[in-house]
Amino acid sequence: MSSSFSTTDLNVRNQRNERLFKLLFGLITATLILPVVIIIGTLIVKSEGTLTWAFFTEDPTNGMTEGGIFPALVGTLWLVAVALIASVPLGVAAAIYLSEYAKDNWLTRLINLAIINLAGVPSIVHALFGVGAFVLFFNFGTSILAASLTMAVMTLPVVIVSTRESLQAVPQSFREACWSMGATRWQTIWRIVLPNSISGILTGVILEVSRTVGETAPIMFTGAAFFLPFLPSSVFDQTMAMSLHLYVISTQVPHVPEGLPYGVALTLILIVMVLNSVSIAFRTYLRGKKKW
Amino acid sequence: MVTANPTTERVEKLAIEDLTIRYGDTVALDSASFKVFENEIFGIIGPANSGKTSFLRALNRMNEMTTGMTVDGVVRFDGTDVRDWRDVYALRSRIGVVFPLPVGLPLSIYDNVALSPRLRGIKSRAELDTIVEQCLTRAALFDEVKDRLDSLGSLLSGGQQQRLTIARALSQDPELLLLDEFSIAVDPVTTMRIEDVLKDLKQELTIVLVSNLVRQARRLADRTAFFLGGELVEVGETEALFTGEVKDSRTTDYLEGRFG
Ligand SMILES: Nc1ncnc2c1ncn2[C@@H]1O[C@H](COP(=O)(O)OP(=O)(O)OP(=O)(O)O)[C@@H](O)[C@H]1O
Ligand SMILES: [Mg+2]
Repeated sequence: MSSSFSTTDLNVRNQRNERLFKLLFGLITATLILPVVIIIGTLIVKSEGTLTWAFFTEDPTNGMTEGGIFPALVGTLWLVAVALIASVPLGVAAAIYLSEYAKDNWLTRLINLAIINLAGVPSIVHALFGVGAFVLFFNFGTSILAASLTMAVMTLPVVIVSTRESLQAVPQSFREACWSMGATRWQTIWRIVLPNSISGILTGVILEVSRTVGETAPIMFTGAAFFLPFLPSSVFDQTMAMSLHLYVISTQVPHVPEGLPYGVALTLILIVMVLNSVSIAFRTYLRGKKKW
Repeated sequence: MVTANPTTERVEKLAIEDLTIRYGDTVALDSASFKVFENEIFGIIGPANSGKTSFLRALNRMNEMTTGMTVDGVVRFDGTDVRDWRDVYALRSRIGVVFPLPVGLPLSIYDNVALSPRLRGIKSRAELDTIVEQCLTRAALFDEVKDRLDSLGSLLSGGQQQRLTIARALSQDPELLLLDEFSIAVDPVTTMRIEDVLKDLKQELTIVLVSNLVRQARRLADRTAFFLGGELVEVGETEALFTGEVKDSRTTDYLEGRFG
């Protein structure tokens, strides 16, 4: 080290760099948030006056250019609920198997790899699979059942991955302590692992729901209808759905008043935001109750 | 058995024959053979990585829960090869284990101790109450926690959690108690209290005590084995080892603190 290279110079430079990087990264973050702010802002401004109580509780009328979105709202709830009933038990069971039972061998690693890749399959591909498997092969027809199962298949990998992560967040020493007392794997899972990961699992599930709410492709060919101004009575009926409704009124129907699509879009985003808030609140609650 | 002279008529609790433990190709313990007798405290000393923990895991077949760990040779528990126990869960429930770092399960203090009885099918609240109080008392913890049995066991202090772990092991009503460097996370006063507990427990069960403290082994163990790098260097009466009746100079070196 030469002595002319004084430490104070270095300090000054480090401090300048520190400020520079803080500013740079702050600016980048701000640019990323900007589109979200613009989207929501535009929706709120342009949808002015459409979000009335009647909008949520009435059927669309006059070739979907007037009235509300009630059947689409209810339809979306049906689709999401049935998809959850199918994907959560299966996904959680698979995650428990992979995390708690499966040996770490090439087969397990292959399955894990497959799951990760499955999560990356585009939703339109899932849609075509859904048509082939559920609409035609199982002969469910275009129905809530076929559409929900298609969405379930699509969300399964994410449910599995998030559940497996929650399970693996439970320290291994807890399992070892249980096993060495003579508990079986299942007793250990039931009494220690699940109770301490259930909130994490639910958080993942809620996030998953909010994703399915917005999906259009997988339900478009499998069970969602353009226009069906009455409510489904069973899972074998077709139904309207929010996401498809938005697509239809913004691209397929002439003379739709400008505020209407913005109102539907804002409603969609509101649903997602409510679900995400529930999920975040849940996680905060969970952190507050941390047991170790 | 209780009246018998301990040096002449000792009942065999564990017989270790040619026990070799491997992780993949690494040998953690190399063909060790020795016996552990009923109602003794059997000490195991040795520096890090000498195979002490691995040995304990072979006793209750926890190697089956560890990927890559293989065990050759025989461990006889009450004369029966542990691998011949049809019900491994029954075997494990007869062996209590205390880990180096205390493991308070994320359950209430009460439920921590009631877990093993519940696994055995005991449901009556009165019966569980008795077991919980008894075990906590024997582990010298009851007085400190009797007013908050409902609070979380995993949030107790380190020393308290270690006594909770001991209480939990006792709730198994074990015949064999394995302690793995139990005093690592425990203050000296608590360590002394636990040591007193162990001396009492010796009347009823057999204890294998792995210790990182040579002097602790000397205080407690009737006989002691010295492990070094996966080799069983020496096994004998504790006092004899410490008074220099050793076959291998490495034992003296370790005991006198020249390494490890
Ligand atoms: N799960 C494992 N996978 C691979 N190797 C392991 C595993 N557990 C232990 N080993 C290896 O086996 C050898 C013996 O380890 P062991 O834990 O039995 O030593 P120890 O005597 O208990 O040491 P310490 O005093 O540090 O606890 C070590 O070389 C260690 O690296
Ligand atoms: Mg160890």
